[in-house]
Amino acid sequence: MTTTSMPLAKALNAGLRRAMEDDPKVLLMGEDIGRLGGVFRITDGLLATFGEDRVLDTPLAESGIVGTAIGLALRGYRPVCEIQFDGFIWPGFDQITSQLAKLTNRLEGRQSFPVVIRVPYGGHIGSIEHHSESPETYFAHTPGLRVVTPSTPNDGYWMIQQAISSPDPVIFFEPKSRYWPKGEVDLDQPAVPLHASRVVRTGTDATLIGYGPMVSVLLAAAENAAAEGRSLEVVDLRSLSPVDWEPVVASVEKTGRAVVAHEAPGFLGMGAEIAAGITERAFYSLEAPVLRVTGYDVPYPPAKLEKLYLPDADRVLDAVDRALAY
Amino acid sequence: MASTDPVVRILSHDGALAPTPPAEPYVDRVAALDEQALLGLLTDMVRTRAVDVEAANLQRQGHLALWAPSYGQEAAQIGSGRATRPQDAIFPAYREHGVALVRGVDPLDLVRMMRGLTHSGWDPAEHGGFRQYTLVIGSQTLHATGYAMGAQFDKATATGDPERDEAVLVYFGDGATAQGDTNEALVFASSYNTPQVFFLQNNHWAISVPVERQSRTPLYRRAAGFGMPGVQVDGNDVLAVLAVTGALLDDARAGRGPALIEALTYRVGAHTTADDPTRYRTAEELATWTERDPILRLRRHLEGRGVGRELFEGVDAEAADLAADLRRRVLTLQDPPVSLMFAHVYQEAHPLVAAEQAWQAEYEASYGEQA
Repeated sequence: MTTTSMPLAKALNAGLRRAMEDDPKVLLMGEDIGRLGGVFRITDGLLATFGEDRVLDTPLAESGIVGTAIGLALRGYRPVCEIQFDGFIWPGFDQITSQLAKLTNRLEGRQSFPVVIRVPYGGHIGSIEHHSESPETYFAHTPGLRVVTPSTPNDGYWMIQQAISSPDPVIFFEPKSRYWPKGEVDLDQPAVPLHASRVVRTGTDATLIGYGPMVSVLLAAAENAAAEGRSLEVVDLRSLSPVDWEPVVASVEKTGRAVVAHEAPGFLGMGAEIAAGITERAFYSLEAPVLRVTGYDVPYPPAKLEKLYLPDADRVLDAVDRALAY
Repeated sequence: MASTDPVVRILSHDGALAPTPPAEPYVDRVAALDEQALLGLLTDMVRTRAVDVEAANLQRQGHLALWAPSYGQEAAQIGSGRATRPQDAIFPAYREHGVALVRGVDPLDLVRMMRGLTHSGWDPAEHGGFRQYTLVIGSQTLHATGYAMGAQFDKATATGDPERDEAVLVYFGDGATAQGDTNEALVFASSYNTPQVFFLQNNHWAISVPVERQSRTPLYRRAAGFGMPGVQVDGNDVLAVLAVTGALLDDARAGRGPALIEALTYRVGAHTTADDPTRYRTAEELATWTERDPILRLRRHLEGRGVGRELFEGVDAEAADLAADLRRRVLTLQDPPVSLMFAHVYQEAHPLVAAEQAWQAEYEASYGEQA
């Protein structure tokens, strides 16, 4: 096994580079992704290697990016679109949900639309409005899309390649608060398939479920709880559509308690789906209702308030206390 | 606007060969067409109208969910559709029934979609690159532009061989010019110098909103703002449309970049069969445009060239047969199986869809057992 230590941002860059080397039909499109290398530098250096026909600095128009990516897919290309920030995806929402998501269905399977849409998402970066949102639910709610989000450099390296080779459209959410911490990346083989959820810490008293930027928060919460003698299991969903229920349900059947956390507002969010799914599948194992720890149901606040908006380890452990009190 | 703007027209309203000055660069492309070729264009238009009228009737009689009539726009559609080469891709909106027919789409396939049996109906690969209808206004312009960008990356255009070089033709209406997607497509086309013609059928009405509400400037002039040629053509003159579209498609395939054509025409019918145009437009306006009927104009021209009545009667009879055959076949259509709903949501199995399909089958079967 060849492993190397790198941050998620570099792992995504390496994954994109490898996908482009493996398949000449893979091309990148987005705002400022070429000469600048993207505002987060995820595509740094790729223009120099692959040229202007494969790394497209597009006009500043998200619907245009997604709509033309669809046209390129019709010719057999595998476009990877970068949306610069989560809050800027909405001008492309119609092309994603009315066209990209539905075209395979509309064409009764006669054509594939292997388009990946990369979206840096989430908070913790102290930025101004529209730069810290978590819009994953809108896309997970849309039939025809696959939605995934890595939480580690290794997952970033492999999941971006797996997403690009999927015959279906994939919305690829990148936790921007996790872009720079380093982690080990296995360059030889992926650990699990694209849509697998995974237990990332074992425990016996309660199950913490999250994805993307929340996984490191849940791991910190579990670490703190361990110091107090509580054993918490942590599940990284990794895939939001489809959800890989088996590891989730197995964990809850073992612990009897579950807390779901995400940065996005709670109402009708992923946590609601996970809570309902667990209740339907493991009702007789539950000792307490599945509790949610989420962003508040308000617009993302000004940056000086984001620490109070975003779920942290303390709020997660507060929910664990409530679950254990049943 | 027509009085001050330079419309390309080759046949006058009474069918006389009378090119306007702006038509001069294009006339040569159609000057050599013989009576047989002109009768071919007439046949295409008459067939299109027969199918359109029959489909609208079928809708009125409850056999279709909806129909978007093409009545009155036959010259714009047949002229442009016949200007394409076999290797060209065509991205329609949803009213381009004439273009569909000339690219070999069975009218039954148009009707299957409008009956609610499918969201599409035909395989573009088997029908001259004529892609699916797109109902969200303007969306298809971006798909066409992306496809045209791909033609460049594939080096399938601008090689100097017009028999092989690809161009892309995309249809939209005056209403779509207000959409962001249409404007973004024009920007991208301009940025990437795509081999593409934007074919705007200005039929003067976006459902109930007149074109004057959409634009203070003649729409072809917007092309200048995107850095591409814009040509206004009499959309009820099939020869002018054929000549202009052919010229600009060949420019595009030769690497000279995208262009916008505004074809002035008129939606004689309703927007769709759910619409009532008498609520928003006058009988006088309608009468003006029915007098400019595109089929009538070409027929007058052919009469002027001595084509006899029996030939026209033959064209009409053949089109009537096509419509009658369409009606016969529509009435035999079967509803799709429930599996269609689940079959193509994803190309690779999705566990949620698979589970719901299995549940639905079991649920259906349980009813069967009780009965």
